[in-house]
Amino acid sequence: MTAEILSLSLQLSMPEIILAVGALALLMIGVFSGDKSAPTVTGLAVALLAVAGLWLIFMPGEGVAYGGAFKLDAFGRFMKVLALIGSITAMVMSVGHAKSDQLNRFEFPVLLVLSTLGMLLLISANDLIAFYLALELMSLALYVIAAFNRDSLRSTEAGLKYFVLGALSSGMMLYGMSLVYGFTGNTGFEGIAKVLSAETRGLGLIFGMVFVLAGACFKISAVPFHMWTPDVYEGAPTPVTAFFAAGPKVAAMAILVRIASDAFLPIIADWRQIIVFVSIASMLLGSFAAIGQRNIKRLMAYSSIGHMGYALVGLAAGSETGVSGVVLYMTIYMVMTLGTFACIMAMRRKEGGNVENVDDLAGLSSTKPFMAVVLTALMFSMAGIPPLAGFFAKYFVFVAAIEAKLYALAVIGVLSSVVGAYYYLRIVKLMWFDEAKGEFARISGELRLVFGLSGLFVTAYVLIGGPIGTAASAAAKSFF
Amino acid sequence: MTDWPILSTVTFLPLVGVLLLLLTREDGPFGRRNILNVSLFTTVFTFIVSLFVWIGFDNSNSGFQMVEKHNWLGTGISYHLGVDGISMLFVILTTFLMPFCVLASWNTIEKRLKEYMIAFLLLEVVMTGVFVSLDVVLFYVFFEATLIPMFVIIGVWGGKDRVYASYKFFLYTLLGSVLMMLAIMAMYWQAGTTDITELLKYGFPAGMQTWLWLACFAAFSVKMPMWPVHTWLPDAHVQAPTAGSVILAGVMLKLGGYGMIRFSLAMLPIASEHFAPLVFSLSVIAIIYTSLVAMMQDDIKKLIAYSSVAHMGYVTMGIFAANVQGVQGALFQMLSHGVVSGALFLCVGVVYDRLHTREISAYGGLVNNMPKYAVAFMIFTMANVGLPGTSGFIGEFLTIIGVFRVNTWVALFAATGVILSASYALWLYRRVIFGALEKESLKALLDLSGREKLILYPLIAVTIFYGFYPAPIFDATAASVDMLVNNYSAALAAAKDLALNVH
Repeated sequence: MTAEILSLSLQLSMPEIILAVGALALLMIGVFSGDKSAPTVTGLAVALLAVAGLWLIFMPGEGVAYGGAFKLDAFGRFMKVLALIGSITAMVMSVGHAKSDQLNRFEFPVLLVLSTLGMLLLISANDLIAFYLALELMSLALYVIAAFNRDSLRSTEAGLKYFVLGALSSGMMLYGMSLVYGFTGNTGFEGIAKVLSAETRGLGLIFGMVFVLAGACFKISAVPFHMWTPDVYEGAPTPVTAFFAAGPKVAAMAILVRIASDAFLPIIADWRQIIVFVSIASMLLGSFAAIGQRNIKRLMAYSSIGHMGYALVGLAAGSETGVSGVVLYMTIYMVMTLGTFACIMAMRRKEGGNVENVDDLAGLSSTKPFMAVVLTALMFSMAGIPPLAGFFAKYFVFVAAIEAKLYALAVIGVLSSVVGAYYYLRIVKLMWFDEAKGEFARISGELRLVFGLSGLFVTAYVLIGGPIGTAASAAAKSFF
Repeated sequence: MTDWPILSTVTFLPLVGVLLLLLTREDGPFGRRNILNVSLFTTVFTFIVSLFVWIGFDNSNSGFQMVEKHNWLGTGISYHLGVDGISMLFVILTTFLMPFCVLASWNTIEKRLKEYMIAFLLLEVVMTGVFVSLDVVLFYVFFEATLIPMFVIIGVWGGKDRVYASYKFFLYTLLGSVLMMLAIMAMYWQAGTTDITELLKYGFPAGMQTWLWLACFAAFSVKMPMWPVHTWLPDAHVQAPTAGSVILAGVMLKLGGYGMIRFSLAMLPIASEHFAPLVFSLSVIAIIYTSLVAMMQDDIKKLIAYSSVAHMGYVTMGIFAANVQGVQGALFQMLSHGVVSGALFLCVGVVYDRLHTREISAYGGLVNNMPKYAVAFMIFTMANVGLPGTSGFIGEFLTIIGVFRVNTWVALFAATGVILSASYALWLYRRVIFGALEKESLKALLDLSGREKLILYPLIAVTIFYGFYPAPIFDATAASVDMLVNNYSAALAAAKDLALNVH
């Protein structure tokens, strides 16, 4: 009997085991063959992540493992594949930048794999302890890679800032978890839900829940826990920023969705007002604060804050439509963000190396037409203009908000999307209306591939969106 | 013939042209020539194909025809196309105007011709898409998608203040439309479908109609544009290249009017009746106020832009008069205005290409050396004023009759607008065309070239033909408009009965 449970658990968590064992093996390879092995290790790491992804896609099986601490369902599967795609893409994009950003050490891919392992565990966490451990595994690796460029003052500062604020939020979250445990007597999500639906919730539990949600909101950089985002985005090496913007956001959003619509579902009225506030604040701040930004990485930081706000609109609805909207939003957001970061990494002058100012994009349409077209499509998509993918992302979260009768939230949301459109338009304006001041160097193949695919995705979403939408609604059925 | 998806063909045919353009090279006069030929051929061919829609259209059928329906995005939204008497002619109008836009850009666009033509062809796709969609979400997708190419057209190929104008255009119309998106979602949850044919049959509760109506009105009145949210239009028109102005005035403004008929009036009759006085007031203000503003303009394009706002006032007034004359008149007025104002912008383009200024004071006495131009310009000016015998008359006359049956005061004020429009249009004509040819810069101007004749003469023919014989238009629209008006009255009567039973 025990052996059976154990083998089932192993089978359900096989992708995680592949990553864990693989990361250790890669570390060995790196240690024994020195820094020369960095490209090999990177290649193997990508292969490792791909194997884990393929396992998730093709091996069936759902259920609870390790005594309820780990849960694999359709939602988890979808989000894990998404996080893996994000990590693989970010890793591929980092290849060309390895030298200039001093990422050409074998520890870098190993840390990325470990962080990705943390994301997968986080997505599957079904228990407060597992939640906390997975979050820390993901974050500790992230703190290190934020400061990976040791000789850069900005990178070190970014790492330190992220670490100090991250530690603070972890502490808060842990405190919240202890309160939740104290008031419900359970750490498992199902157990918490059972207790909450059986008896009236106490004030202490609400405190606990708020702290737990705050910790998760910190990781997705929702207002008012967003302070670290612009500095870390700007300071970290660009490939690292791309990595931050993709997988960790997906994973943290997944656990937020899971804990809200699993453990705390009986007290939806209590957490909904928090999520509504966080969502509105993120959308507004993301729209208004981005207007003044000159550095494109900072701008993307505010843009991602705004996007998290929109994704939370779906969560606030607290329904199946809402969760499927969140899933879809995160998918489309991740593709758009990775494509945009590929474009940002391609902003490299022939002399003088990488540039990060929005103004450096001036006249791109005449110097690099293909990149300009892709970036234009991505910007309009982020602004939520149909027929691009970003519109459908917004459509499905707002449709859920309307279903839940959250009219004020929806109205504020769409109005702030108009404000947000302004700064996306500014980038389009620079590329098309202004004269070129200089030309970028040749764009490396992998970046071209990433932004090409991303551009194709946002423009062709009207054709290929069907299966993605179906998968997203299947994922949402895991909860309701 | 019956199962051939003709509407999809017409809608997406320009994409073939886009593909061809992507394969051509732009360098040299030969490449330029190629691009122009491909674009012209595509637009003309699309127009010819679209005529089959009109030929195959059954005038006696009041419902939707040539329907295509497929599942789309797997979420209840469907790819559902079809035309009825209200939308069919707008498709023709769109495809009809596009070749003229290509011709008008023949020599004037000097940089990035390829991107320019691609933007126009994409614009044609989405504009046609708006008129043929029978699913609200699909409608909204096309409706909003028009912003992207137009933003680029104004911003890249526009005049001096193009950046300001393009931003204003984009953000203003986006702000209006996002509220409609929420209304669409609310309709979806209430009625359980996004299918326009279903929604037309569904009676929304009266309390809800008010909010839905206001949200839709925000989108359509900005697009239309109605006073006081018209201020983006003069800026956009002045800065846009000639062909951009033609499309803006000729087709994009009609998206608003079409939306009002299809959504506000047909789906939300109770709210439409409730808000009709508001629309009448705004329309009358638009007609009188913007006519007065037009009179004081120094810039020819700006003057025509304000006159467009005034003419759209007749359209909104006619729509919400909600009787057969009013709606028919509004439809006719929109179609006629599409041709006439487009032609006026083309006329302005003719002299702008020669002199590169739109200042009225820079012109004068053109009749002496450009007689053919003077005649063409006069015909369109008269059509704009609404002189009997031109298409402009019929629309204005019918809308005023329609509104007269509802409210004589509104009709009275609207009729004064006709006089005002005569005064600004004739005054413009006098200042530009008549008088002595004194300015040195004007003396060397040549009369219409072959290309310009090719642009203006067919438009003259259309303007005068439908001025004398509007029957083909009314035949096509009559059945659908009758049904719309009958449904509207029935819905109102039902609501009144309900109210009586309650009290």
